[in-house]
Amino acid sequence: MDIKDIIKPENKVYGRTPLLKDAILHYCPGCSHGVVHKIIAEVIEEMGIQDKTIGISPVGCSVFAYNYIDIDWQQAAHGRAPALATATKRLMPDKYVFTYQGDGDLASIGTAEIMHACNRGENIVVIFINNAIYGMTGGQMAPTTLLGQVTATTPYGRKAELNGYPLKITELIAQLEGTCYVTRQSVQNPGAVRKTKKAIQKAFENSMMKKGTSFVEVVSTCNSGWKIPPVQANKWMEDNMFPFYPLGDMKDR
Amino acid sequence: MAEKILMKGNEAIAYAAINCGCDGYFGYPITPQSEVMETLMKEKPWESTGMVVLQAESETASINMVYGGACCGKKVMTSSSSPGISLMCEGISYLAGSELPCLVVNVMRGGPGLGTIQPSQGDYFQATKGGGHGDYRTIVLAPASAQDMYDFVDLAFELAFKYRNPVMILGDGVIGQMMEKVELRPSKPRRTEAEIRELCSSWATIGKTADRPANTITSLALQADVQERFNIKLQKKYAEVEANEVRYSTYKCEDADHLIVAFGCMSRICENVVEIARENGIKLGILRPITLFPYPKDALNALVPQLKSIMSVELNAGQMVEDIKLVADGRVPVSFYGRQGGVVPSPEEIYDAFVKTIK
Repeated sequence: MDIKDIIKPENKVYGRTPLLKDAILHYCPGCSHGVVHKIIAEVIEEMGIQDKTIGISPVGCSVFAYNYIDIDWQQAAHGRAPALATATKRLMPDKYVFTYQGDGDLASIGTAEIMHACNRGENIVVIFINNAIYGMTGGQMAPTTLLGQVTATTPYGRKAELNGYPLKITELIAQLEGTCYVTRQSVQNPGAVRKTKKAIQKAFENSMMKKGTSFVEVVSTCNSGWKIPPVQANKWMEDNMFPFYPLGDMKDR
Repeated sequence: MAEKILMKGNEAIAYAAINCGCDGYFGYPITPQSEVMETLMKEKPWESTGMVVLQAESETASINMVYGGACCGKKVMTSSSSPGISLMCEGISYLAGSELPCLVVNVMRGGPGLGTIQPSQGDYFQATKGGGHGDYRTIVLAPASAQDMYDFVDLAFELAFKYRNPVMILGDGVIGQMMEKVELRPSKPRRTEAEIRELCSSWATIGKTADRPANTITSLALQADVQERFNIKLQKKYAEVEANEVRYSTYKCEDADHLIVAFGCMSRICENVVEIARENGIKLGILRPITLFPYPKDALNALVPQLKSIMSVELNAGQMVEDIKLVADGRVPVSFYGRQGGVVPSPEEIYDAFVKTIK
């Protein structure tokens, strides 16, 4: 049997959602951003809410998220996405509003905005990509960088006495009365991808139920920043990040 | 006859916002303008017009909420005073760089730093020359009365949407705190979703429909030539604003030999200086810029040939005087008198300073 006999429409079992634009991703091979983008695009398509969804992109590698998912986007100043989302959702309560933020954006420069938006219980979705490093600027220490982890600004490894401790911001967020759903997921294998997709779909559904803020952390890889090839990066993440950032739901009500 | 109500300038901002169909206010308390949000919270416009009012966690969050609301084609605003406006300058730069309409009210107080809570005009440079980073301009309206505070809110939204640009009402602690009679205007309803769609569908993030490509609001352009092309477009817009939106008033300028240029509360105080001067046989007039950007360069230029002197009177160390000197271009002596730190001069004090400049 020739391969051409197999490649036929009736044999198709998987395809790119049309909401993921036919654009070449600028992300490095092995980076988790592309997978999470695909999940969000699929959830929006499956829920049929393309015309009702507003995305808010951060400063960082995913600043260009608007080039890939075919919805209306706002691009926020560094760390301020939850403030934009707050106003957007309050002014257009019938819309699904989500922010997409990295760890530098959300857990460092934007800590005030994320804490207060979550504490007010804004009916928004927050997708938090935690790869424990600043990717866009070339691999500097992030608030979530692990102790001992080598980065461009911790060349001898992160030391608590010099740099403080990695911030478990999702655990803090889970304590806030305004949040209804707080979970930590990952996308390094098909099972994890399916779980993350379920979590993101639940978060989008929550945002129309006036239950408060839904917060989905995705522990992610940054091969370029970590300077580890993709396959080993997944292993490094499982061995080093998962023990400190354990996966699972922290809150669901 | 239209209803007149005694109110503070700050309260006038709040009532005007509700009255002219503002969709959202986002602010953070700071003296001397806290009455704006207090009045809105007391009036509960979310129950009448549907206007959203939210106390944010900081001025930084406030201006970024304004950014988010403006992205949706909504009439959104914030208000603050000098230190808070400094915090907002990043956001104002983003709003200008993303060509978004909004209103920012600055009820100026003395600086630098935490400064005083007394009136000042020390933010003239910040308001008219930028404030935030990059080549941008905000349209700046300078109210001189509580009525101006009221009327300029609607005007500011008109201009903001006409040019898709942030507009600032640059008041001060005198105008914000002073109580005056304010004549209320006929109310405008908030725009409907259909009206916003018709007006802003080409750019606003109101949900991508099948009939148009997705809208993205961003001020990011990594390629130098793309950024330059955009900046040139912005400059063309500002030139258009300068050509079409200059506003000013004159007081006894027809026969004036001498001119005071003053804006905001100082233009009011200087009217008394003119009376004193004229009682003493000196023909003094006032040019009051109402728009500080665009600056009334042509009006000032037209007066220069008849003048023997110009004095700029400001509640700062001498900021607007630089713009006056650019117009006068050495043809007539330009002097400056100002008080700082929240001290407001009396007409007699200004007159004495003026007389010294013409001796």
